Amino acid sequence: MADMHRQNIDAVTGVSTTGHEWDGIRELNNPLPRWWLWTFYACIAWAVLYWVLFPAWPLVTGYTYGLLGWKSREAIQADLAQLRAQRAVFADKLAAASLPEIEQNPELLAFARAQGRAAFGDNCAPCHGAGAAGTKGYPNLNDDDWLWGGTLDQIHATIQHGARSADPDAHAGDMPAFGRDGMLPRPDIVAAADYVRHIAGLAPAPGADLAKGGEVFDANCAACHGAEGKGNSELGAPNLADPIWLYGSDRATIIQTISNGRAGLMPAWKGRLDDGTLKALTVYVHTLGGGL
Amino acid sequence: MNAATPSDTALDEAPLYEARRKIYPIAVRGTFRRIKWALLVVTLGIYYLLPFVRWDRGPGAPSQAVLVDFANRRFYFFFIEIWPQEIYYLTGLLILAALVLFLMNAVAGRVWCGYLCPQTVWTDLFQAIERMVEGDPRQRREKLKTASRTRRAFEAAAKHVLWLMLAWWTGGAWVLYFADAPTLVMQLLKGEAPAVAYVWIGALTATTYVLAGHMREQVCTYMCPWPRIQAALTDEYALNVTYRYDRGEPRGSLKKTQALKLQGLPGGDCVDCRQCVSACPTGVDIRDGLQLSCVQCGLCIDACDTVMKKIGRPAGLIAYDTEMNVQRRQRGEAPIYRMLRPRTVLYAALIVLIGGLMAAVLATRGWEGLAVIHDRNPLFVQLSDGSIRNGYTLRLVNKQLIPRRFAIAVEGVPEARLEVVGEAATTSGGPVVSVGPDQTHEIRVLVSTAARLPANASLDIVFHLTDVTGGETVSVADHFKGP
Repeated sequence: MADMHRQNIDAVTGVSTTGHEWDGIRELNNPLPRWWLWTFYACIAWAVLYWVLFPAWPLVTGYTYGLLGWKSREAIQADLAQLRAQRAVFADKLAAASLPEIEQNPELLAFARAQGRAAFGDNCAPCHGAGAAGTKGYPNLNDDDWLWGGTLDQIHATIQHGARSADPDAHAGDMPAFGRDGMLPRPDIVAAADYVRHIAGLAPAPGADLAKGGEVFDANCAACHGAEGKGNSELGAPNLADPIWLYGSDRATIIQTISNGRAGLMPAWKGRLDDGTLKALTVYVHTLGGGL
Repeated sequence: MNAATPSDTALDEAPLYEARRKIYPIAVRGTFRRIKWALLVVTLGIYYLLPFVRWDRGPGAPSQAVLVDFANRRFYFFFIEIWPQEIYYLTGLLILAALVLFLMNAVAGRVWCGYLCPQTVWTDLFQAIERMVEGDPRQRREKLKTASRTRRAFEAAAKHVLWLMLAWWTGGAWVLYFADAPTLVMQLLKGEAPAVAYVWIGALTATTYVLAGHMREQVCTYMCPWPRIQAALTDEYALNVTYRYDRGEPRGSLKKTQALKLQGLPGGDCVDCRQCVSACPTGVDIRDGLQLSCVQCGLCIDACDTVMKKIGRPAGLIAYDTEMNVQRRQRGEAPIYRMLRPRTVLYAALIVLIGGLMAAVLATRGWEGLAVIHDRNPLFVQLSDGSIRNGYTLRLVNKQLIPRRFAIAVEGVPEARLEVVGEAATTSGGPVVSVGPDQTHEIRVLVSTAARLPANASLDIVFHLTDVTGGETVSVADHFKGP
């Protein structure tokens, strides 16, 4: 045997050949390395063991559970429990502290803002935007203009119960559809829109009848928005005298608002998010614009 | 070329695979061996003992002279403390290290490989242990014939145990740089050390044992990129361990050379005793000239000088020299040694420049820091009174070991009002923020102005952070955006 092998050694590589030859080209005998083969066999054995011990094969109505009874759902719940335990140090303090106390304690403020930012990104950003800058119909939370009030308690209430939501404690108060419901004729609506632009300090349209607009405003709008149009956060009636507009300040948009009314909806979050997260969100939103 | 030259044919027919020859170098005495021992003791002494050197930084700070503190994100080196954002010092250090390597290479070839590389130093020590336990190569060969199997097995086992202990100590010393050394040693003795310590000790024990005990010169010849890079960086003036064939050839035994000389024929000084080959830790024959696997450790110089001294011929048949000088001497010209060359001067100048820059930056860096991030979304906000507000996140850094209070002020925005979220504004000057010792503190700052801004305004705003007691100031520029 040894001699036969010797005959089949390739001179250049020093490797034995299989003895096969095609047109003078010989095939080198380079079998898979032993370590590779044994690793491969070990992997196969491991796979079989895995099927037996862990969930593996899908069945018609379920799957093979495995002897160890391991479940990915339980694993993630254990991870979450561990995370909660880690956070408990601060989370407990957050739950115990009042909202102003949180803002005055730099450590708690940093924790609440971090948790609040994450919760905001998950739950609030779809409407209010990632930076809470809002968009048409969804208020900017960075400024100092608050439909339902900008103190910590007011923000907390708005987040918990929402506005015009199904929650019994939700903020209520609608902007009536003066035109659609036939409460005001079209010329009165146009005059009122011009008057609203006037009290906001915007340039009036040519030929605007401000006197008539003022009469219409006093009779129909002042009840909620106030005689000077400064708004009322109890009713969610916006301040019309500042330069911040939820739907837009151009004449056409204001006419549309008065004609068809507005009723933006903020959902209630109590029950959907835990109390600690609601507090953190409140602090985060309050600190976005420095609060009131 | 039309016809293959003999060497071409030889290359074509030569096997592509070379089976490994085990190399057992003999022990030598001489200048370079002494230098190597000294460097071995110094470098390994530093490596094994440095973690135990103490350095008092006051209460609340670690008292270890050299410590990489991953948990607290600090690197301590005697009086220097590096924060993660100062990692560019490491870049500077690496550039400096590369330049020193280039300079060593320009002066005397592979000084790094031959004397300082950990692979060489540990292999040298492992080979010394091997000689101590199993004897030098000649004794090994005799033992193969005379000594009993049990004795040889016992000696081999003793060698591997000693190797493993040394390797284990190497891994053990490594982890001491990442935690308080005396505490960690106690934890290791009690078996209470963190798992990561055992993993690293295990990994480095394995690599040291395998690389220095088993792979040795294979690492230098086949794994290391430096021989290839080095060959591209060298020039004809760089000193290398050189066999002076102008003097050595034609080689031959003492008698043969004497006979040649009597006939008036030339006879070389090389007596072909092969001591240079026997002493070589990488199994090279230096008489074949400069080659890739030669790490230029100088041990062949010692081996050859010993022989030359014995036979009464001048030392230095193998010496630090250049191929160019060998050829010049052969032609009867005087050798040229040129240390001052553009590359050596340039490397030295760059080393001084970068080292000086780093020292200057380190010496003048402040103990406080400020980073400003402008809100990206929204860039600005209009308030109900019509004024414009920009939000910023400020990160305050206090590198001192005492708590400090910093006043924050802005410049560059007309009628600017400054508000720090969560901090009440003090009456005199702007808001004041406290930062704990050796800490960073992140705050949200709102800057608003009622001034009329031009359209698409982008004002240059500067934030000033001033220590209330010391008066040290850091300023950072940013932008204030308007509609």
